[in-house]
Amino acid sequence: MHLYLPIAGLSVNALVIVLLGGAVGILSGMFGVGGGFLTTPLLIFYGVPPAVAVASSATQITGTSVSGVLAHSRRNGVDFRMGMVLVAGGALGSLLGGFIFHLLQKTGQIDTIINLLYVALLGWIAIGMARESVRAVLAARDGTPVATTTKRHRKWIAALPFRWRFYGAGLYISPMAPFLLGFVSGLLTVLMGVSGGFILVPAMIYIFGVSARVVVGTSLFQGLFVTAATTLVHAMTTHAVDLVLAGLLLIGSVAGAQIGSSLVQKVRPERARMLLAVIVLAVAIRMALGLTWRPDALYTVQPL
Amino acid sequence: MKRLIALLASVPLLLGASEPRLVPDVSDTQIDIAYSFTGAELLLFGAILYPGGRAPTPDTDVAVVIKGPAEPLQVREKAKVAGIWVNHASERFRSVPSFYAVATSRPLSEIVSPRTAAIYEIGIGNLLLSPANGSSASEQARFESGLVELKRRSGLYAEHAGAVSVREGVLYRALVPIPARVPVGRYTAETYLIRNGHIVAAATRDIAIGKSGFERFVARAAEDYPLPYGLAAILISLLMGLAAAWGFGRARR
Repeated sequence: MHLYLPIAGLSVNALVIVLLGGAVGILSGMFGVGGGFLTTPLLIFYGVPPAVAVASSATQITGTSVSGVLAHSRRNGVDFRMGMVLVAGGALGSLLGGFIFHLLQKTGQIDTIINLLYVALLGWIAIGMARESVRAVLAARDGTPVATTTKRHRKWIAALPFRWRFYGAGLYISPMAPFLLGFVSGLLTVLMGVSGGFILVPAMIYIFGVSARVVVGTSLFQGLFVTAATTLVHAMTTHAVDLVLAGLLLIGSVAGAQIGSSLVQKVRPERARMLLAVIVLAVAIRMALGLTWRPDALYTVQPL
Repeated sequence: MKRLIALLASVPLLLGASEPRLVPDVSDTQIDIAYSFTGAELLLFGAILYPGGRAPTPDTDVAVVIKGPAEPLQVREKAKVAGIWVNHASERFRSVPSFYAVATSRPLSEIVSPRTAAIYEIGIGNLLLSPANGSSASEQARFESGLVELKRRSGLYAEHAGAVSVREGVLYRALVPIPARVPVGRYTAETYLIRNGHIVAAATRDIAIGKSGFERFVARAAEDYPLPYGLAAILISLLMGLAAAWGFGRARR
């Protein structure tokens, strides 16, 4: 069935978009990442203008995060205090991001910047995850216990003043550190349509030393607010949020997220992380190649 | 200058009482884009009237040009810089038709001289795009062909040779496909009667293409009420997330 997207200005096969949302939702439910990293390029590939793809996938991530947060908060898996600090940073970051997005759109370098950011970020995360998960799988095979040295946060974070207690995360650190992290993830969310989870989860584990129980839930909590703010910023500046497109994606992804969260309990976590690392790495390699291959359209058009 | 030539060229049309007249019509003067819009087919038809009941001349050709609203555009060209493809040069065009389709009874080069085609902007290669950068002519031509190729590939510029059928030199009809990603606005359908490489009669009809119903409401809301629109988008995604969590929670129990 074909449906016309009023903002994107083209008609798409509704079933394809719902299935795409569903696949992304399953991944999101399984691994606690937003899924915008898949939706945005696939939508652009389908012919949706890049700005509309980025803005509408942010709207989709908001809905997908809601069910995730609900599930985690039932198991006390959300540090709301740290979440709120991350949200405050994220709000500021997404405001600045919206401004930069507008500026880059004018200079015509937005697609290059988005692609470069994608490749760098996805590559970095994929390699980090692959190393970690391979080590965990090997350790499990050898029967040796995984080295669970309680890694405390880095020295420079301890040096920041005005410390707060974050009970859920089990930390006593300055709120400036999570604020800064929230800011960076908010900035990147607006620019790339990727939920901050990709940056938040590794940063909270490896830089802050947040207890593993609350990492995914807190990340989703922050992502929920930041993508909501991102949607609003896009609606106000680029007018690129397509409600029909976002709605179709949401139908698939809110259902997919629920399916994914029950699926992941049947897979061993280190295997799941390795699988995600492979997927993310494949996307990064594809995008890196895309930057160096001769594009099939040398010319692009922008209304003045 | 070209406008002046066009005016001069149309003088015989205005004076020539002995020349035939066109009575054009279109199947739709209003195309509505609704949720199920996957494109449309526009039927352009009409009659050729010969003054004084003269017998129709058989070697009569008809060209139909459908043009969308013109807009200023910036065209960017990619080049390989430090191993990756980035936008490096750009050219502005003051008036680029957002849609252009021409249907002719025979291939364009066979029925009209290149000069006449250029004056009347008949054919994709003859559009006056008004480059505004003041760059060199070869550079302008490069950008123009890049832009036209892009539009042609997305189906917004098209030439349909042989799509007009003329019956006994009196009745003509043309079926022109309108793609799904057609921009909205006021369109014109120009019909030209061509004989011996010259245009002997011309007539214009207006067509309005617009979003209707829900699509119109959404597009206008996004443009005119960005804050409530953004809030509505957030609310919808929140509600859908809640509904899914609730629904699946119930199904599991």
